[in-house]
Amino acid sequence: MPNMQPNKTPMPEQDPHVRNKNFKEVALGYTDEMAINEAQRCLQCKNPACVQGCPVNVPIKDFIHEIVEGNMDKAYEVIKSQNSLPAVCGRVCPQETQCESKCVRGIKNEPVAIGRLERYVADWYMNNREPAVTAPKHNGHKVAVLGSGPSGLTCAGDLAKLGYEVTVFEALHAAGGVLMYGIPEFRLPKKIVQEEIQQLEKMGVKIDTDMVMGKVLSVDELFEMGYEALYIGTGAGLPNFMNLPGEGLVGVYSANEFLTRINLMKAYLPEYDTPIIHPKNVAVVGGGNVAMDAARCAKRLGAENVYIIYRRSEEEMPARNEEIHHAKEEEIIFKLLNNPVAIHGDEQGKVKQIECVEMELGEPDASGRRRPIEKKGSNFLLDVDCVVIAIGNSPNPLIRSTTEGLEANKKGCIIVDDNTLQTTREGVYAGGDAVTGAATVILAMGAGKHAAKSIDEYIQSKADQ
Amino acid sequence: MFKIIKKEPLNPSMTRMVIEAPFVARKAMPGQFIILRVNETGERIPLTIADYDREAGTVTIIYQKVGKSTLLLDEQEAGGYLMDFIGPLGKVSELEGYKKAAVIGGGAGCAIAYPQAKALHAMGTKVDMIAGFRDKDLIILENEMREASDRLIVMTDDGSNGNKGFVTAALQKNIDEGADYDLVIAIGPIPMMKAVSNLTKPYGIKTIISMNTIMVDGTGMCGGCRLTVGGETKFACVDGPDFDGHLVDFDEAMKRLGTYKPEEAREREEHCRLYGGIK
Ligand SMILES: Cc1cc2nc3c(=O)[nH]c(=O)nc-3n(C[C@H](O)[C@H](O)[C@H](O)COP(=O)(O)OP(=O)(O)OC[C@H]3O[C@@H](n4cnc5c(N)ncnc54)[C@H](O)[C@@H]3O)c2cc1C
Ligand SMILES: Cc1cc2nc3c(=O)[nH]c(=O)nc-3n(C[C@H](O)[C@H](O)[C@H](O)COP(=O)(O)OP(=O)(O)OC[C@H]3O[C@@H](n4cnc5c(N)ncnc54)[C@H](O)[C@@H]3O)c2cc1C
Ligand code: SF4
Ligand code: FES
Repeated sequence: MPNMQPNKTPMPEQDPHVRNKNFKEVALGYTDEMAINEAQRCLQCKNPACVQGCPVNVPIKDFIHEIVEGNMDKAYEVIKSQNSLPAVCGRVCPQETQCESKCVRGIKNEPVAIGRLERYVADWYMNNREPAVTAPKHNGHKVAVLGSGPSGLTCAGDLAKLGYEVTVFEALHAAGGVLMYGIPEFRLPKKIVQEEIQQLEKMGVKIDTDMVMGKVLSVDELFEMGYEALYIGTGAGLPNFMNLPGEGLVGVYSANEFLTRINLMKAYLPEYDTPIIHPKNVAVVGGGNVAMDAARCAKRLGAENVYIIYRRSEEEMPARNEEIHHAKEEEIIFKLLNNPVAIHGDEQGKVKQIECVEMELGEPDASGRRRPIEKKGSNFLLDVDCVVIAIGNSPNPLIRSTTEGLEANKKGCIIVDDNTLQTTREGVYAGGDAVTGAATVILAMGAGKHAAKSIDEYIQSKADQ
Repeated sequence: MFKIIKKEPLNPSMTRMVIEAPFVARKAMPGQFIILRVNETGERIPLTIADYDREAGTVTIIYQKVGKSTLLLDEQEAGGYLMDFIGPLGKVSELEGYKKAAVIGGGAGCAIAYPQAKALHAMGTKVDMIAGFRDKDLIILENEMREASDRLIVMTDDGSNGNKGFVTAALQKNIDEGADYDLVIAIGPIPMMKAVSNLTKPYGIKTIISMNTIMVDGTGMCGGCRLTVGGETKFACVDGPDFDGHLVDFDEAMKRLGTYKPEEAREREEHCRLYGGIK
């Protein structure tokens, strides 16, 4: 008999007033008992809807079944067959709009906590097993992957499994993309990201950091070097600014810069050299995961008041529900239906205040969300010494601008064929945020998988000729 | 890891280093820079490519010891390694099609201006190089600059080399004497680049400056290096570092460069206490 407990088994967490002063992980994960208890809530549906909600089609009920049986090794194998970064996905996927949104238990009660279970299995495996991954035999073909975010890493892993000699070229000094420089330690410990990457390296994937592709090597040069196909997974790392008066003031950051200093450069630790300002009152503009992360980091740097300024209402916020919830618990102040119009500074050019207007929601726009309209004359000032702009990122034009024949749309996203993910250049494939614009980890991984399959077919069909 | 092939002090505060970095050396061009990280806990700092040898696969940098990271860099010796050395970054300087140029370097800026002068000179442009230093003990690259130009004027703030005054004085004098420049390149501290740009503007002489903003990634993903040029926001690491000096908002750039002054001072002090580095 399944466990008919209506709600998800709660996951232990650090106390909000303790954790908003440290960078340690907030959610502490299930114990064995909790995991088995939660796994027993799964009905083992004949036609499981949950799998359709998972962009990489993890055989969800099968791995949950193995947890119930106590076969953790087997559970891990089942997940790994479809998902190369389970410890990451279990932590950062917006399950409420994916697998868990489809779960039948969610119709009357809370859905099965699929994400928490995935995380539990991946963590259990890392803690209890020495992964004995061996490199498969090479098939004599070489593929280059540009960018080491979740998309590039997944593509590289799948190709390596098929015997390809894969080199991943990464511009920064560490591999992982947003997982390393964007998502903070308290949501996704960097040790976990690095362990997942090491497993890929054991499978024979070569990772070359410090290589800014498009500058150091062009697409054409890679083909000359003997790579038979390329995958572009360079993400959407170009920060958008708002063109507000005062954006050049000292203390105004893009979320990318703020988070890179904190996460990649570890500016919050005294033994690291990269500086960061330690603001007292911070305004973060935006309502996505990036804004939540920036706000919660600011709090942890010691800020007294951290405001999220978002022009729509909470309902329209694109951030994960869990992160919004966590941010509120950590005393982040939500200024909803507010929009900044200017940033004011002092004589030394430092941020002093942010000027906002109130908004109200009008008719739905093209995206289906109700359009925010400014309330005339509702301007007000907030005293802040730091402003973080988190209104979105676009794809970095570096590779596109240095590669002839590689086409992109108006927004700078690389154009690909939906069926194969091939770009407008033969043998060059692309996916993840570089194609979709800023999206999610799992969609980026799904694209990496898809492209690996197409690349394999492309190279094999060429070899057959 | 990137091997340090050679290290040589140029004056009490400046050092030249040759690094083995074949991928950087293959593509490097005048005007471009690298970003390096000395060790695991180090920060990423930008330095101009002062020279390169494609055959040997080496890149030369010249740095001034101004704070924690440049002091830490200076503690490394030939035979040792740097953790990261990334480049070439930034746009290649557009130097073609000029008849006569004045290339102006201020202090450490001479290390950045010198490859520009060398490239222009090699293309057949007539080059006057004007180099400014605080005093004569700080003069660097005198022979190199002389070789890279048709005429070299070295100025010192205190006149200790017998040629007292700022670089702008020398530039003004040359213009008054009918030098007829169609290009001025100025590289050095922001107040110096601003002064040169203000000087050339009424004459309508095209003036290129090299912006030394604060940088993190150097690839266009953070915007920390942004500045206002002609009313638009530009990223120095990808849109520059060269910009039209008549359009840059120098005052804003100056303030932004001071963002981390207190943190920098603290780190420098702690580092000096711990390692006995130069103050
Ligand atoms: C702060 C933040 C929080 C987020 N939170 C979540 C979340 O909770 N859940 C979720 O699902 N998604 C989240 N996202 C979105 C998610 O991280 C991205 O959708 C995902 O990382 C995209 O993967 P990618 O592989 O396409 O690109 P990226 O992860 O951006 O990786 C691209 C890599 O390519 C490298 N690169 C770029 N240009 C070059 C070049 N020229 N040469 C070589 N390398 C290059 C970059 O340095 C980077 O390492 C978040 C994003 C951010 C910024
Ligand atoms: C594109 C570019 C090319 C450069 N090329 C060279 C070069 O060839 N040789 C060289 O000596 N320097 C060069 N610089 C400057 C060099 O990057 C800085 O001197 C260095 O980052 C200082 O680091 P630090 O930790 O030693 O000093 P810090 O303690 O960080 O700073 C000490 C002082 O230097 C100033 N400063 C901080 N960062 C910079 C910066 N990025 N640029 C200028 N001043 C800064 C600050 O105002 C501060 O007062 C270049 C900068 C840029 C952006
Ligand atoms: S839909 Fe829910 S209950 Fe059904 S198999 Fe999937 S997780 Fe289990
Ligand atoms: S240094 Fe980050 S965008 Fe230029």
